[in-house]
Parts: sequence; structure tokens; C-alpha cells
Amino acid sequence: MLYVVLSLFVLACLAPLLHRYTGRHSGSLLALVPATLFSFFAAQLALVSQGEVLSQRWLWFPGMDIHLSFLLDGLSLLFALLITGIGTFILLYANRYLEGHPALGRFFLFLLTFMGAMLGLVLADNLITLFVFWELTTVSSFMLIGFNHENAESRQKAHQGLMVTVIGGLALMTGFIMLGFAAGSYELSDILQQDLTGHALYLPMLVLILLGAFTKSAQTPFHFWLPNAMAAPTPVSAYLHSATMVKAGIYLLARLQPTLGDSAAWMLTLSAIGAITMLTGIFLASRATGIKKVLAYSTVMALGTLTMLLGLGTEKAALAAVTFLLAHALYKGALFMIAGILDHEAGIKDFQHASGLRHKMPKTCAVAVIAALSLAGVIPLFGFVAKELLLEAVLSGSHWQIALIIATVLANIFVVLVAALLAIKPWFGEEIATPKKAHDPGIAMLSGPMVLASLSLVLGLFPFIADKWLLQAAASAVYGNQITDYLALWHGVNLPLLLSLTSLCFGLLLYSQWPRWRQFTSGVDRLSAFGPEALYTKMMAGLVIFAGWQTKVLQNGYLRNYLLTTIATMLLLVGWAMLRLEHFNITFDLHDVKIQEATVFLILLVTILSAVLVKSFLAAVALLGALGFAVALIYVFFSAIDVGITQVLVETITVLLLVLVLYRLPEFRKLSSNMNRARDAVIAISSGILITLLVLLVTNARDMEGISSFFIANSVPEGYGRNIVNVILVDFRALDTLGEIFVLALVAIGIYAMVHLRTGSKPVTNADKRLASELKRMNTTQGDKK
Amino acid sequence: MSRQFNMRSLILSTGTTIILPLLLLFSLFLLLRGHDEPGGGFIGGLVAAAAIALKLFADDYPSAKSLLRVHPLQIVGVGLAIAALSSLPSLFVGDNFFTAQWWSLDIPIFGTLKLSTPLFFDIGVFLGVIGTVLTAIFTLVEVEH
Repeated sequence: MLYVVLSLFVLACLAPLLHRYTGRHSGSLLALVPATLFSFFAAQLALVSQGEVLSQRWLWFPGMDIHLSFLLDGLSLLFALLITGIGTFILLYANRYLEGHPALGRFFLFLLTFMGAMLGLVLADNLITLFVFWELTTVSSFMLIGFNHENAESRQKAHQGLMVTVIGGLALMTGFIMLGFAAGSYELSDILQQDLTGHALYLPMLVLILLGAFTKSAQTPFHFWLPNAMAAPTPVSAYLHSATMVKAGIYLLARLQPTLGDSAAWMLTLSAIGAITMLTGIFLASRATGIKKVLAYSTVMALGTLTMLLGLGTEKAALAAVTFLLAHALYKGALFMIAGILDHEAGIKDFQHASGLRHKMPKTCAVAVIAALSLAGVIPLFGFVAKELLLEAVLSGSHWQIALIIATVLANIFVVLVAALLAIKPWFGEEIATPKKAHDPGIAMLSGPMVLASLSLVLGLFPFIADKWLLQAAASAVYGNQITDYLALWHGVNLPLLLSLTSLCFGLLLYSQWPRWRQFTSGVDRLSAFGPEALYTKMMAGLVIFAGWQTKVLQNGYLRNYLLTTIATMLLLVGWAMLRLEHFNITFDLHDVKIQEATVFLILLVTILSAVLVKSFLAAVALLGALGFAVALIYVFFSAIDVGITQVLVETITVLLLVLVLYRLPEFRKLSSNMNRARDAVIAISSGILITLLVLLVTNARDMEGISSFFIANSVPEGYGRNIVNVILVDFRALDTLGEIFVLALVAIGIYAMVHLRTGSKPVTNADKRLASELKRMNTTQGDKK
Repeated sequence: MSRQFNMRSLILSTGTTIILPLLLLFSLFLLLRGHDEPGGGFIGGLVAAAAIALKLFADDYPSAKSLLRVHPLQIVGVGLAIAALSSLPSLFVGDNFFTAQWWSLDIPIFGTLKLSTPLFFDIGVFLGVIGTVLTAIFTLVEVEH
């Protein structure tokens, strides 16, 4: 399975290249890969439906119980099939939808990266691996939402989605670490065997994990980022915001239910937040007029419903959740793609401007009607099966029955309204002129919605297919035990059916009064000034103000202030720690001090005093150099030849650099007041004393065996080198060294940028000119805002 | 020409032509013997950078720059890449990340050549140090132009 996930990432990297050489066929070629993966996963159906769990593991950080481990059970398989299956059609669709877009290659890169990340997320068996993929979906979806990055609004919306999900991700990571700690393992397969509801850390970790899942899955009050993410091109909306990304939070909740789900806190929070999200989402959907907006809000509704079902915790609810999830992915994917078709082929983005398109786009119309009927939950579509199960599950729930029933039926009424909008408004009635000449799209764009809609129909008529092969196993994984319930199209005349029929009637009634309904609720728009999105905007503005303030105070650009702050902080912290020490014994004896060592000490003393007192930059630099050489001598006396050589060379080059800088400094003058000089002297002297004390203390108080004996013993047998310093640098501690040379590189780039890219300096190379003009442009746009 | 270089010394300039190749050779020597004797990539890199800086002071900036042929920042990049890549061979053998790999090559007449990933890593460090130091020096000199 590692190769399955990796293949998508590799493909992602190759996608721009492939696009360059194959041009307009690149999307179709790329679609072959998710299609292959889909058949790979489909081939696992037989085993997984028997209740088998396939797992694979590669060691990653074995010492920290972090592995690249993967697990395929019913739940993972359900998601994997959706991701690869819908992904295939999305690639075909996007290839046509974005045809001729200059950055199409990059689009495929992001989309495939996202696909790989999402697949890794649902297959991961290790919490840390899962988290890495989780964050990868966040980053790649940021790229996709902000794909039209030249558009300021698009950038801002992408930024919003990123911020909300990243904050959740941070909480999630903390929650995962607690979970791993409490369970004693980071492997989900181990964690799921345990019930952690009684653990002391249960509540904090629950809060953190829920925060992560709720932000990702756009639960109220974080629901606002999802409709805003519609700034993305439609194929992205269809993929990320119906079938995959936002379902990641649901996946996580479903996955962890066996371990965390058996508590009042879990059940009540999930059902309450879920029900509220469901109602908020569908209410906002009933008010919106943009086709994509309506769909996005109805997705919020679906996510709320799923969360509510997971909060019920019964066997029936588990089955209802996976069924609803599958039904939703099928019809929502289709509907989003149809919204894109309407935009692409007829130029319609809003319900208010669409009517009577059934003659010009007959195929699209048929597909849209089927998908919308599934959304409404009309027999015999799969949406009906899901809705019956949903109602049954809520009716047989253990808590808040009445409230949840009312909420569900209410939501269903509005769902019918939304479905009617989608099925009737653009297609029937009087034909009106469209911005573009309307026509049915080609097979590339229509195949996705067609296949998804027909699946809704087939699975509706024969629900046992989905049930037997997939949903039983998926629901068992959610429930934690083998479930015995099953799906059926017809349950006879019972309460759920009656409720379903009632909501259908009321929904249609509401549809006939839609304009009046919108007018009736128009007061809500004013309320949005106090909504969570407004709060988010205010918080972000506050953050910018705070950042500005702290930059002005702490990062004011005067090197002396940085130095002063750094040294004073160190003085306080280390000094405080030192004062609290119980044993403060410093012993040193001067018996075996040799004459040459004493001489070097005297040289040091004299040079340092003169360096402070001389009244010329050049002299001070030269004296500092001399100081360095004297220190090098000390190293040599104590037979650290390597360090000595390094010291000499570093001093030489430092002096060289200082001399080069020297000529740019003003003449030597006394600028600061005596007060300041006294303050600096005090800080300098006390930091000197502090370091001296620290060194003496540390050399005296060595409790543990030093590590040096290990290096001395193993340098030749393990590292094949007699120069221990070098063996440490390039072998034992090579990773540290790698980090250090990366820092060196950063310094080099920093120096280059600071000198060459200052505003006003003359650019030297072409690259400089580009960068400088870029910087200038950024500065002016910022200035405009002020 | 900037202020500090207008006192060009003939002696220094002539001496540099002789010393420079020796210094560069010496820096390679330090780099290669580093695993067993005092030396290594860091020290070697500093010596090489100092050698180029000597050329800069003895002659002028253009000649030092042409000696290097490429921009020092590019050297940093190449160095980083070599050092980072040297961590990978271990993965193909099944060892942990960054485990040192050693190979011996028998070359007739010259004897056995010991190749290893630490050596390549050290070469990366060597280039990284040269690049960084020279970027700093060259950048400061360029400001004068």
C-alpha cells in the first residue's frame, strides 16, 4: 500500500512534465493511474468484506514507534474507493474544464498530491503517519483553493481555509500525542483494541481531537471556510468539498469511535454539534442562490448529519453513517460536476438566471434530476435507503430522541427544497437566454456525473450489493464489532417512511414559496455581522496589529538592541537557575599551570582590555583577531589540534570580513551617552562572569559519564577514521552537521539578499532585478492599503 | 575601484600566483586526509575560501570572480545537494537513514581506494563552507562597485 500512495506522489511530480509533452490529453492519461488504483482496491473487496484486515508496515522511526504502516479494513476501503474512483472522473473532467489554462500542469500536480495525501490519510495505521498525510491534505488543498492566485479574493479564501484547518491540525497533533501516550502505542490497530474513555487524559485528548476533526469537516462554528473554499475551480470543489477533504474529519471520528466513543462527552458533543451543523448548513443552503454556494452549504449539512450519527453510537447509526456517506459522495460529486457544466457550457452560476435548459442540455438535465432525487431521498434511489436508515437510527437513538428527530425532519424538509432547486429550477419552466450558447458537454465532462448518478440508481435498486461487499465491513469497523443489520430498499410502511413522506411534501411546498422564503428570512443576513466568520476576520486583523506592535518593540532593526535583549535574557534566566542551585561548589587549583599557559592568559587579558579601550575600528578588529589566535593556542596546548586549526582559520576570515565592512562604517565617534555605556559595561561584565561561573560549575559537576569515551572507543572500529572530531562530524553526528551547513547556506542567502535586495540598491544580475521589482511592487501595494 | 584595493602590492600579487595553487591543493589535501589526520571538509573549505580571498586582495575582484567561474551561492547549493544525497545510499542497502557506507576499489599500481558516504558528505561540507564564506566576502565587495 506504500507503493500505492507513493505512486500518486511520484505521478504528481511528473504531471507538469507529462502535461508539457502530451498537451490536451494529459488529464486522460493521468486518470489511468487512479483508475488502476481503483481496480486494485476493488480487487481487495472480496477479502475485506469477509472481515479481513490487511496491513503493511515499513520502519520509519522505529525508536519512536513511528512507522509507515498501513491498514485496509472496510472503512479505509470505502474511502479509498471513493478517492480513487471519483478522482479518476475528476481528472477527466478537469482536463476538459480547464482546457487551455496556462497552469494546467501545475493543477494536476496539486490535485494528484492531494489525492495521494488523502489516500495515505485513510490508509494510515500510525497516528503520526496519519497526521503527516492530514497536514499534506491541508497544504495541497490550500494550493488548490488558491489556484487562481492572481485573484485577491481567491488568495484570501485559500488563506482562510488554511488558517482554520491548520489551527485544528495543531490541536489534533497534541491530541494524537496524548492518545498515543494513553494507549501506549501510535498504531491504530493497537489503539482500537482499547477503550480509553476511562483514562485520565481522556477529556483533554477528546477536546483536541474533536477540534481537529471539526475544523477539517467544517462543523459549526467553523463551517464558514467551506463555502468560501468554492473560490477553487469547480473540479476541485467537486472533489475536495464533496468526496474527500472535508470527509477526513468524519473519517477520523469514525475511525476512533471504538476507542473514544463510549462516553457521554463524546455522544452528547457529537450529536449536539452535528445537529446544529446540519441545521445551520441546510438553512444557509436554502437562502443561497449561487449554485455552488447551495451545494457547499448542503455539504455542511451532510457533514453535520454524519457527525450526529457518529454521536449516536449505535449499531444502526454506524451503518447509517457509512451508507449516508456513500450516498452523499455519489450524488454530491455528480451535482458539483453538473454545477461546473452549467457554468462552463451555459455560463450560469446562479439559480436566479437559469430556467428551461432541458431542451438544450437534455443529458445533463437527466443526470442532474437523478442526482437531485437521490439527494432528496426519493425512492428508489440510494439516497432513499440512506435517509430511511438515518431516520431509523435517530428514532432508535439512546438520547435526546425528540430533539434530534425534530432536527432531522426539519433538515430533511430543507434538503427536499434544495434538491427541488437543483432538479427543477435550471431545467424546467420558461426558457431564458444564457450568457453562453448552452449545449450538452462532451463525454469527458459528462461521464463522471453519469456514472455517479447511475450508481445512485443501481445501488438504490439493489442495496444489498453495496451492503454485502462494502458497507457491512465499513460499519463494523466504525462500530468496533461485527454488525448484523442490513440495507434494504423497502422496509414496509413504518414511521421513518411516514416522516420521509411528510418532509417531501413540506419541502415541495416550501419550494413553491422559495422567493418568499428568502425574503422572509432576509433578516439573517444582518446577523452574519456577528457570526463566526466576522469573529475570524477580527481575530486575523488583531493578529496583524499585534505582530506590527511586537515588531516595532522587539524587532526594531538596531543590532545593539537585539544583542542587549538576548544577553540580558540569558543573564536573567541562567543567573536565576544558578542561584537556585543547592550545591554551589567551584574548585580549581592552579598547581599544574604551566608557564606557557600563564603567558597566553596574560596575552588574552592585555588584548581584550586594549580592544575595549582603543579608539580605532581597525585596531579593535586586529586586537580581536589576536585574541582569537591566543585562544587557538590554548586549544593546541590541550591537544585539540583540529579545533585549533579551525579557530585560526575562522579568526582569519572573520578579520577579513570585518575589514571589508569597516570601510562602510562612519568614523569612530562617541555617540552614546555615559549612562548607556555604563549600562552596556555592566551587562557585558556580568555576562562574562556568568559564563565563567557556568564553565567552572559544569566542569566540576559532571555526574554522568561523558560521551567522549564512546567516540574514542568507536571511532576506528565503527567510523573507520582516526580523527575523532572528523568522524563525529561526518559520521556519528552527520545529521547535525547537515543541519549546520543548511544554516550556513541560509546565512549566505541572507547576506546576499540583505545587501543586494535593499530598496534603492542597484540590482546586479537579472534575477536581482526581478526580485527587486517584485519587492517594490509588494511594498507599494502594502502602502496603498494603508 | 574601491578605496581598499588601490594600494596593490606587486610582491603580494606575484606571491599569490605561486601560493594560490598550493593553497588550493593544500585545502584538498586537508579535505581528503581529514578522516584520519587533522583536517576535514570544514577546515579545507576555510583554507580554500581564504585562498580565493587572498587573490581578491592581491589582485582585484573581477579576477577573483573569474577564478571561481560560478557564483558562490551556486557552490553552496551544490555542496548542500551532495551532502544531502550522501544520506541516501544507506536506504538502498536497508540500513537506517544516514548510516555510513564504505566501498573499496582496487586500482592497479595506486593501491586501494577507500570510498565512503562520509567522504562525499565531507565534500558537501567543503563546498558549502567555501560558498558561504565567498558569498559573504564577494557580496561585501560588490557593494563598493
